[in-house]
Amino acid sequence: MATLAPGGLDLFATDAAPGIRRLDLHVPTIHCAGCIRKIESAVRALPGVTHARVNFTTKRLTTEWTEGRLQPAEILAAVEGAGFEARPFAAADAADGAADPASRRLLKAVAVAGFAAMNIMLLSVSVWSGADGATRDLFHLISAGIALPAIVYAGQPFFASAWGALKHGRTNMDVPISIGIILATLLSLHETFTSGRHAYFDAAVMLLFFLLVGRYLDSIMRDRARAGVATLLKQSARGALVRSPDGNTEYRPIEAVAPGMTVLVAAGERMPVDGMVLEGQSAVDRSLVTGESLPEPVSPGGAVLAGTLNIDGPLALKTTAVGEGSFLAEVVRLMEAAEGGRARYTRIADRAARWYAPAVHLTALFTAIGWLAAGAGWHQALVTAIAVLIITCPCALGLAVPAVQVRAASVLMKRGILVKDGSALERLAECDTVVLDKTGTLTLGRPVPAGALPLSRDDLALAAGLAAKSRHPLSRALLAAAKAQGVAPTPVADVREVPGLGLEAQFIGETVKLGRPDWVQAEGGADAHLLQLAFRRGNAPAVRIGFADPLRPDAAEAIARLQAAGLDVRILSGDRAEAVAHVAKALGLSQWAAGQTPGGKLDAITALTRAGHRVLVVGDGLNDAPMLAAGHASIAPASASDAGQTAADLLFLNDSLLAVPQALDVANRANGHVRQNFVAAVGYNILAVPIAIAGFATPLIAAVAMSLSSVVVVLNALRLKAPQ
Amino acid sequence: MTGISVLLPIALLLGLGALVAFLWSVRNGQYEDLDGAARRILLDEEPADNQDDS
Repeated sequence: MATLAPGGLDLFATDAAPGIRRLDLHVPTIHCAGCIRKIESAVRALPGVTHARVNFTTKRLTTEWTEGRLQPAEILAAVEGAGFEARPFAAADAADGAADPASRRLLKAVAVAGFAAMNIMLLSVSVWSGADGATRDLFHLISAGIALPAIVYAGQPFFASAWGALKHGRTNMDVPISIGIILATLLSLHETFTSGRHAYFDAAVMLLFFLLVGRYLDSIMRDRARAGVATLLKQSARGALVRSPDGNTEYRPIEAVAPGMTVLVAAGERMPVDGMVLEGQSAVDRSLVTGESLPEPVSPGGAVLAGTLNIDGPLALKTTAVGEGSFLAEVVRLMEAAEGGRARYTRIADRAARWYAPAVHLTALFTAIGWLAAGAGWHQALVTAIAVLIITCPCALGLAVPAVQVRAASVLMKRGILVKDGSALERLAECDTVVLDKTGTLTLGRPVPAGALPLSRDDLALAAGLAAKSRHPLSRALLAAAKAQGVAPTPVADVREVPGLGLEAQFIGETVKLGRPDWVQAEGGADAHLLQLAFRRGNAPAVRIGFADPLRPDAAEAIARLQAAGLDVRILSGDRAEAVAHVAKALGLSQWAAGQTPGGKLDAITALTRAGHRVLVVGDGLNDAPMLAAGHASIAPASASDAGQTAADLLFLNDSLLAVPQALDVANRANGHVRQNFVAAVGYNILAVPIAIAGFATPLIAAVAMSLSSVVVVLNALRLKAPQ
Repeated sequence: MTGISVLLPIALLLGLGALVAFLWSVRNGQYEDLDGAARRILLDEEPADNQDDS
């Protein structure tokens, strides 16, 4: 990042210990062991560095140094000197990439429950194989000594969640789990101290162990997706180059920019703030913010929005709004208003618990009443009823959903699709309508030459040689197109870039120009649908090169697959009607709307939802964020705006739009596997419950049944295959 | 019974040892960069500072 001023980077550093400063850098291009060594040895060679370590998984370099002996900018320079691009994490984000405390806590609980289950099983096996009298009582007592602390520690996630649900008058899967575990423990304690024959400590702890494994899988799935999203978000502007009245420039984090300040934006950068242009002429690409595909020219006095791309020349902006007053804040308010619907979604497991918990508890109650009526004593009736509760404890049910969803998420990850959480897959499978944004979603959102290049090979090589010296998106598109045709750029010396106009150089006695058609003095009228560059060599006539925002590869096939799957496909775009109509026609879609504002898109989704549709929203822009949040499920490409990525349930990293039908396909099949798992779990109960009601359930039967049903459910989840 | 009174504590202590070792490794951040650990094994010389203090 060339715009980082030496002092600015210090704002990203934190205090690690007294006298020790710490800086986290994101180094996205680390890809091998050699990279790790190059970076680490380069940074360790700096004076005062006490610690430097690359985390390969999160592509992050953590450096600590003795305060005062080193400037943070030197670290950045060392990493860039080693040939890697690096950018700072904002101080507030530094903790994001670390393992989530919730996952760590769950992992520890899994370990404790696993340890307890193994050791209690050791004792239980000898009880089952015939130990009795004093030996059995001693073994039960030792089991109790291991089980009680383990249950108190490892059971907390379930007890807390069950208590939270009961307090609000609701019930979830954790309620029958908690009741089962607590009653099993109390019954076993009673048996232990009255020299009873059956103690269920092993079943209670094993149940916890299996369920915690499911919980942990669920949690790491969310962590992984969040780390992926965090990495993507880091690529956006985190600061702005501020020019003070005395003419000095300083790089500041975005939080330290106030309205009225002058911000400098180079060509090819995104606007860090909403502002008014003070100096400079340029064109602004607003596709990621408003969905408009044609760049808009701006000049002093014009307004620009944060997040739009400055294409042509350097600009000086007067900051008009940051934080609350900005367009971004407006979109965020709409997003928050839209998110209510999704929060009300009840996950499949909890919906199952709604009838499962009362059914189980009633069965146990009737068992007790039945035994009493048949003349059994209080003790026997209670013991049998509790045995019913233990046998029916939803061990397999607790694993049935997370095991399938984790498998589905890892299958999708291999196809470059990130799933943010398990409920997203459930909601995705329920959708019946797809609403797609146009710019950046159906299209790539970046210009590509329209049609064949109207240049000879020599001219193309020369034009590419000029283009190689510029960061302008059209130049880069031209260079990429030339390389794709196997044309190597001709090296051109002394290329002069005229801000906002184009590139110019002397080549073997001729003046060559590449730039805006009017500047190059190209003949002929402009085609309003296209972005254009013109190229002129010497006195030859100028040649216009048109650029368009093409459809994503496979967009047509993706739409066809969605329609074949029975979904209703629509386009909702912020772009001009003719641009949208063109795309809709190319894809054979009849339902489309153009010129939509973020609020208008949100209203359209709300209307569809009211009409009883479950809407899958696919979009990328800042203007799509509210509708992404409002959709029953939502998917965004990795090129989406920060807000779009935050609002979406799934992200796809490749250019192909086939990711959408693939994700739908996997979600549908995952749903099928979840159903099968539920059937397996219920089938197990139909077999086991009569045994328990009849009073034949021993701890041995409970342990075997529980493990068997859990293994069956996990194996069934692993059958889920990758999409075509 | 005498055998049991020796073997049981040994079994429990061994299990407890493994549990403590595992909890230590979680707290020590041993599972935070699994991909990196797989790559680092390919490095010829281990850099001087090889401790992860996170």
